[in-house]
Amino acid sequence: MSASLESVLQHPGIWRGNQRAQTAEDALPTGFATLDELLPGGGWPRGALTEVLLSRQGIGELRLLMPTLARLSEADGWLAWVAPPYVPYAAALAAVGVRLERLVVAKPQSEADAWWTAEQALRSGACGALLAWLRAADERRMRRLQLAAETGHTWGVLFRHARAAQDRSPAALRLLLEPSRDGLAVTILKRRGGPVSKPVFVAMPQAGGARRARRAAPALSVVNA
Amino acid sequence: MLWLALHFHALSLEVFSRGAAVPDPLAVVEKQGSRTRVIACNEAAAACGVRVGMAAPAAQALADGLIVRRRDPSAERESLAGLAVWAGRFTPSVSLSPPDGLLLEISTCLSLHRGLANLLKQARSGIGEMGYAAAMACAPSSHGAWLLAKAGIEKVIRERARLEQILAALPVALLHQPPAVLESLERVGAKTLGECLRLPRGGVARRFGQTLVDELDRALGRLPEARAFFAPPPSFERSLELPAPVQDAEALQFAARRLLPELEGYLMLRQAGVQELELVCCHERRADTVLKLGFAKPSRDAARMQLLLRETLGRTRLPAAVHTIILRAPLVLPLSASCGDLFQKSSEADGDLLLERLRIRLGKDAVYGIETAADHRPENAWRPCQEQASAMATANRHRPLWLLPKPLPCHDGRLKLKAGPERIESGWWDGGDATRDYYVAEDKNGARLWVFCDRISGEWFVHGVFA
Repeated sequence: MSASLESVLQHPGIWRGNQRAQTAEDALPTGFATLDELLPGGGWPRGALTEVLLSRQGIGELRLLMPTLARLSEADGWLAWVAPPYVPYAAALAAVGVRLERLVVAKPQSEADAWWTAEQALRSGACGALLAWLRAADERRMRRLQLAAETGHTWGVLFRHARAAQDRSPAALRLLLEPSRDGLAVTILKRRGGPVSKPVFVAMPQAGGARRARRAAPALSVVNA
Repeated sequence: MLWLALHFHALSLEVFSRGAAVPDPLAVVEKQGSRTRVIACNEAAAACGVRVGMAAPAAQALADGLIVRRRDPSAERESLAGLAVWAGRFTPSVSLSPPDGLLLEISTCLSLHRGLANLLKQARSGIGEMGYAAAMACAPSSHGAWLLAKAGIEKVIRERARLEQILAALPVALLHQPPAVLESLERVGAKTLGECLRLPRGGVARRFGQTLVDELDRALGRLPEARAFFAPPPSFERSLELPAPVQDAEALQFAARRLLPELEGYLMLRQAGVQELELVCCHERRADTVLKLGFAKPSRDAARMQLLLRETLGRTRLPAAVHTIILRAPLVLPLSASCGDLFQKSSEADGDLLLERLRIRLGKDAVYGIETAADHRPENAWRPCQEQASAMATANRHRPLWLLPKPLPCHDGRLKLKAGPERIESGWWDGGDATRDYYVAEDKNGARLWVFCDRISGEWFVHGVFA
């Protein structure tokens, strides 16, 4: 009886909800083992959109991508940054192993131009990765980006506010990031394959070096004093 | 030796009509003696009953809206030179046969173009793209090929015996001889080259001049030919007069496309590429509009130029109607031919194209790379670069991934200092004086900030985010 059940379960038409999709599509390892385990194929989906949702900039969202970006910069293809909120800092990027000569930053004037730029970069296939900080997202624009990523076989990363977590999205992977002690709490909102209920903790190398502050003052109470 | 002769039989017409996609009825006239006669007309005019040899007023009466242009020999010369430049893509041995022919020595470059059939196909489509039409013939002697092309016999002949056979049937009127000679040849009954060849050589030379005998011998390949080869001009500038003024920038694209193959051929002949192109749009009573096209690397690919031109024209608003366009390559840079990849992988080329397209739409300064600079002040330790950033980067693991474009005054009293200080004192010599103590601070949400205390004013600023 159980043997026949096994053979039924072997059938390729059967999909079991509790296992992640074994996609043939190649994935880009994130460099964080705990995260890789949960992602289909064992990494970021290449040729699809990844949405990174966060309530504020600077909680470690770039450090999460850096191992992959550093490895992608070894290969041909641009790492395109579209409409970054601040200046991507050259010395720090070089320190995590990103080759600066593969980096290209685009600062479009209007939101429409920014979406156009992101789409062109994904579609051309000339980019290893696209990071974009776009506003005024709607479903049609998102779908265009997702299709462009599939056409160009490029990893597209969209940074959006955590407010958008409830919106529908065609992205293949959606992560909600929250700061946590010495790392990030990553909630996988959507992935190919089944859902994951619990957030995963990703330990990250501490930013800013390990030198202790000699100044004992625990708080910046001097400000505006 | 194998010569390819191109006879542009409608060149006098095409210099006026090739800028338009759908030609209007057009006739070219020339003064012959006391009367002005039609010497060429296009199909649209012929459909109205206009014929070559008609008096100009008669033609005008026949076709309503007929455009009549006086023949322009200088434009024809220029067009022929442009075609010679274009033909440089096939062979460096291009010879002019004014007013309306080109002779290409192609025996040495057949394998480069993967055979004669392929070369002829490319030549025909290229000529069509530029808005011309030509009769093409191949023969072992240049003059033989030229006579064939002029007679409209589009054949490839490799053996001399066969060439002699075919030439024998051609009329003597094709020969490059004074009219008096041709007339007297007809009077003695020699109407074809074959009949001419059957006459006794000595007698022909005495009666009609040695030049006739020599020309026949050259055509048959019995006498060596000395041809001067065309030398490309040092810079490229070609103009195209539009048949009617054009206001819409997109419509200019068609005319510009006529000029790009010539530029490509010119660059191939010179083993060169361009990094910048100018398209000058000439207006009536108004300063010209100059559109500039930039490439990430020197290029000579007409398809790529066309793509970028389309994007540029699509984003251009012309102040007035355009009557002439000029394509200009101000600076020609050396560029050796690239080897075709066996597996058709050209991601590098795609990457440049992407940058060029982004720069056209977003502006040149909005798309840049970043590199490190030798300065201790954080805001000066990086700079945007238009060229590819140098591979020599100064890494510093104590720096944040995000730098704020301008330090923000910090009013949050709940920051905790985690690391520091790092004292930076620099720039007293250039007015951008910085005397700061940098710390890594953590705010109440757990985000790590790069803050500094200005040691002169004692105020605190946020300068970066450890994202």
